[in-house]
Amino acid sequence: MADSKAKPGLLLDIRNLRIEATVYPPGEPPKNIVLVHDVSLTLEKGKVLGLIGESGAGKSTIGLSSMGYGRGGVRITGGEVILNGRDIMKGGKEGFRKLRGREVCYVAQSAAAAFNPAHRLMDQVVEATLLHGMATRTEAEKRAVALFKKLSLPNPETIGERFPHQVSGGQLQRVMTAMALCSEPDLIVFDEPTTALDVTTQIDVLAAIKDAIRDTGVAALYITHDLAVVAQVSDEIMVLRHGRLVECGDTRQIIKEPRQDYTRALVSVHEIEHAEEKPGATPFLSVKNITAAYGGGNVKVLRDISVEIYPGQTLAVVGESGSGKSTLARAITGLLPPVEGTVTFDGRPLANRLADRPKEDLRQLQMIYQMADVAMNPRQTVGTIIGRPLTFYFGLRGAERDNRVKELLEEIEMGQGFINRYPAELSGGQKQRVCIARALAGKPKLIICDEVTSALDPLVANGILKLLLNLQQIERVAYLFITHDIATVKSIADSIAVMYRGEVVRYGSKSKVLTPPFDDYTDLLLSSVPAMEIGWLEQAIGGRKMASAGH
Amino acid sequence: MSSSIVKLGAQRIALGIMLLLAVSVLIFAGTQILPGDVAQAILGQSATPESLANLREQLGLNQPAYVRYFHWLGGVLAGDLGTSMTSGQGISSAIKGRLWNTLFLAFWAAIVAIPLAITLGLIAVRYRNGWVDKLISGLALASTSFPEFFIGYVLVYFFAVKWQIFPGISTVYDGMPFLERMQAIAMPVTALTLVVLAHMMRMTRAAILNVMQSAYVETAELKGLSAFAVIRKHAFPNAIAPIINVVMLNLAYLIVGVVVVEVIFVYPGMGQYLVDHVTKRDVPVVQAVGLIFAAVYISLNIIADIAAIVANPRLRHPK
Repeated sequence: MADSKAKPGLLLDIRNLRIEATVYPPGEPPKNIVLVHDVSLTLEKGKVLGLIGESGAGKSTIGLSSMGYGRGGVRITGGEVILNGRDIMKGGKEGFRKLRGREVCYVAQSAAAAFNPAHRLMDQVVEATLLHGMATRTEAEKRAVALFKKLSLPNPETIGERFPHQVSGGQLQRVMTAMALCSEPDLIVFDEPTTALDVTTQIDVLAAIKDAIRDTGVAALYITHDLAVVAQVSDEIMVLRHGRLVECGDTRQIIKEPRQDYTRALVSVHEIEHAEEKPGATPFLSVKNITAAYGGGNVKVLRDISVEIYPGQTLAVVGESGSGKSTLARAITGLLPPVEGTVTFDGRPLANRLADRPKEDLRQLQMIYQMADVAMNPRQTVGTIIGRPLTFYFGLRGAERDNRVKELLEEIEMGQGFINRYPAELSGGQKQRVCIARALAGKPKLIICDEVTSALDPLVANGILKLLLNLQQIERVAYLFITHDIATVKSIADSIAVMYRGEVVRYGSKSKVLTPPFDDYTDLLLSSVPAMEIGWLEQAIGGRKMASAGH
Repeated sequence: MSSSIVKLGAQRIALGIMLLLAVSVLIFAGTQILPGDVAQAILGQSATPESLANLREQLGLNQPAYVRYFHWLGGVLAGDLGTSMTSGQGISSAIKGRLWNTLFLAFWAAIVAIPLAITLGLIAVRYRNGWVDKLISGLALASTSFPEFFIGYVLVYFFAVKWQIFPGISTVYDGMPFLERMQAIAMPVTALTLVVLAHMMRMTRAAILNVMQSAYVETAELKGLSAFAVIRKHAFPNAIAPIINVVMLNLAYLIVGVVVVEVIFVYPGMGQYLVDHVTKRDVPVVQAVGLIFAAVYISLNIIADIAAIVANPRLRHPK
């Protein structure tokens, strides 16, 4: 305690923090696991420290410890958390309540979920300020409106009267930042504040947050798994893995001269070399002038879409939320029968409705989804999950089926030992691998991959992409790869379709689509992808041709 | 208030009216299927075929069933529920006082039970999985598990017989002073409260606990709100729809399901009236009471539906 007074600029000083939780594995006695192993960090007033690492690294847990908060039964069992010169762990429950919302505020990953749907935005924004008696209601509301202006929200005077569902996701994230700033705290914990947003929106929110931090002089812990994002806002970066410190240094050093292998892997994670294949003579699947609609044809969600897929190649469909990417997949698979246009497969038209397609057509088109955990029956073993299509399409049973399941497990680099495991026992990446094996089991010509890497950590996602490319070499399967992430597209695609508001705005081979001159939307999309460069944000904001939609 | 809410509300009301019409058909058909008719019931076994035919003519019983149904329905819509066979008096005037008594009892039972159940539910959430929660849940479950006649007789035994605090028979009459009336209904209100308490309390607890997992509850905790303020201000408003639903179901039970309690305490309400006339095979009275009960049930459920719609900010304030 004495030496923290010696450094007057020091705001937060976490020493040898140890955080534990009790887990209850099925069929075993409860056991204690250590989430954070003796991590120490310091943060000066007005500085930004980036905490980076994949899920399970303990970033959020450490961030929340600065408010004395443990999510879902997580306990701080060791070390000191010294905030403004006092150890907050000694203050008890009352002490925590007094500092939360006053000295330290929190900005959550999904503002859409973190705002109470039952109350108006303004009531929620000023709540903490009023609770801690730091201003009268009129003063607090005035302050909030000024913050709305600073964060360039539309209609700053009246946006507070709205309910959360009346405001877009990107705007909500900025309102949440205003909420954190309203009580003029010393520290804000940003927990993945832009991860749930489209890239084109992320850039705006990121710029707004950066300006607000600079102008108010608040200190921040910025938690994210995206190194390129954190490089734009942080003074220093701390790399964490499995609850342990990997490396800590100033931003330039971490992204330019990483000292640890793990950091190096994070810095270079986006780069997979994938040589583009030229389209063959005839496509095996062609989508011609498809229009799809909901509500009896009233709400058109796809307009006049035509794309082609060649054997053993990948067509990437890229665009932001609501652009119609997944709807295109639903139209091709027959889940949403198109109102106009046809899908031709191997030279013959496919039935529009899923129910009218023969089993053989079903087998040829398989799907993999974003959320691997909800795409599998949690009560079935991996063997059953992969074995089902083998029985359904090929009538394989017993030992014959098990042998094929084992082969598939080898192909997805998991090994035969997983055959009797349940999905709950697998990691996120392993679950997605099982889903890939299930799709492969039918020996399809086309697999539709709908945001299959979006829910995964960068390194794990990287592994999945490499696996998909490998399998394409072995099985000659084609992919329709739906994603919002341009970096993923570069790594895997042979041809690209850029979608915007239900239409294909740019389509062709990868090299053609990614070579200037660009149309306005493709330009916005490409320029919004964070680059691992200091100062990228300001450059990108300056050079844009159109504004984002704000999802 | 937006047009979509008005539209949804109007739809619910229209559905309710159609449902009530369907119920009226069922009630009428049900009483027609029973052997014997009103004429036979009035004249008894010694009736001659001639006198039966005469009476049927007089009562309009030889008209086809659908004509009689519309005649009955027209009367009901005009406020005339028919004539009781046993007393020969109009059912409407006889029922009015009874219905009022039942509503009076249900009203006071609701006034006690609903706030109590919701408060207990909130407390149970605040101290979830602790001994307070377990005690509340245990007691509430116990009180529901005992049949209402058992609770009724236990109350009578202690409060009326042993300690003689309340009268054992809950007689009320017109012009009775308010306090005396309250004293008379104290024990039936207690019995009813104990019966409906647990259902509402446990539903409140479950609905709020469901919401407690949400990210916005964490946001509220991280603003420094006290545990109870988080539940009251942030969790409860989002759990209101299922709570209103279960409250309305129990309100309906308080009105239409009180037969046993009314009989035990000899309370002159609708339940008593219904039981009396079922034993006398007085079909027009049974029809009338059945229809009123159905109307109460359906209207309370419509109110619950509409309240749940209004409680949803997405419907109240569209984009």
